[in-house]
Amino acid sequence: MSNYTSQPSAQLSPLERQYVLLTQSGLPIVSRPYQHVAEQLKISVAEVLAMTTDLKERGIIRRIAAVPNHYKLGYRFNGMTVWDVKDEHVSEFGKVVGQLPFVSHCYLRPRHLPQWNYNLFAMVHGKTELEVQQYRTQIKDLLENILEVRNDDTDQACQFQSSDMLTSTEILKKTGLRLKR
Amino acid sequence: MDKSSRHSRTALAELSELDKKLINLLQRGLPIAERPFLEIAEQLNSSEDEVIERLNHLMTSKVLTRFGPMFDAVCLGGAFTLAALAVPEDRFEEVTEQVNSFDEVAHNYRRTHDFNMWFVVGAESEAEVNQVIDNIEKKTSLPVLNTPKLEEFYVQLYLPA
Repeated sequence: MSNYTSQPSAQLSPLERQYVLLTQSGLPIVSRPYQHVAEQLKISVAEVLAMTTDLKERGIIRRIAAVPNHYKLGYRFNGMTVWDVKDEHVSEFGKVVGQLPFVSHCYLRPRHLPQWNYNLFAMVHGKTELEVQQYRTQIKDLLENILEVRNDDTDQACQFQSSDMLTSTEILKKTGLRLKR
Repeated sequence: MDKSSRHSRTALAELSELDKKLINLLQRGLPIAERPFLEIAEQLNSSEDEVIERLNHLMTSKVLTRFGPMFDAVCLGGAFTLAALAVPEDRFEEVTEQVNSFDEVAHNYRRTHDFNMWFVVGAESEAEVNQVIDNIEKKTSLPVLNTPKLEEFYVQLYLPA
């Protein structure tokens, strides 16, 4: 059963592995941020830049970037919107939902009926509760015609909604996903 | 401790126009160059020194939390899943401790739903992830809803300042 998208260690060379270990907690904000990495790896800055470009082309590095604190920028509200999308449409519409500017993550995940009937997850962020509600409505408008309607009138105990939104009310744990030494 | 109320108390950062432009540019990504901030400075009609000074200030004031290569965790080798538990309210604190005690649990959030606890499990292999899920079930005596991603449509958090 291979429902995890895991790949074999992405074939990192020993030097690349060292590079990851050195940079995964961040680079210094200085004129030449790669200088320190070059010294540690005992190679030139040009070689570090070439390695960085290569890792990016292979998809191991997504980008060289900064991560803001949501709350400091005023994004205090988020919602994990979940949708019960008909299987034959989910790949096409997953891409459309993922392209919306306010969606940060969008995934297809397995249903577990009868406890969990949602297969499309899209995370949205906003500065107000109303903003987040509006985003949810925009996604709903896109998906309206391809959502499953499972409610069976004969079985009142088994009522399914075709979408929902789960709001986080507390961070219980937050640590980075790190490559271990 | 209710960390959600701590969030609402987090002071909004006061940002200059340059700060905002820097935050927006740097979320999208920097060029891979020996002096990347020099290139950024040229784009923003600023100087390398000023860009570095502002960025360090944004890091110290925790408006930015990290700068560097963003690695694809899956590409680094390893397996991940998003999982959930429906925790009875009177056991919430106890189960939080039980779930968080696993090193493989990276993130854990309380959410508004019958499935009120959602967490990410990351380990070296799929087998190890499954083992952790089993162990969480044993430790909490609750069934885990396991929802590993089947397909990724998009992942990039961009929050314009």
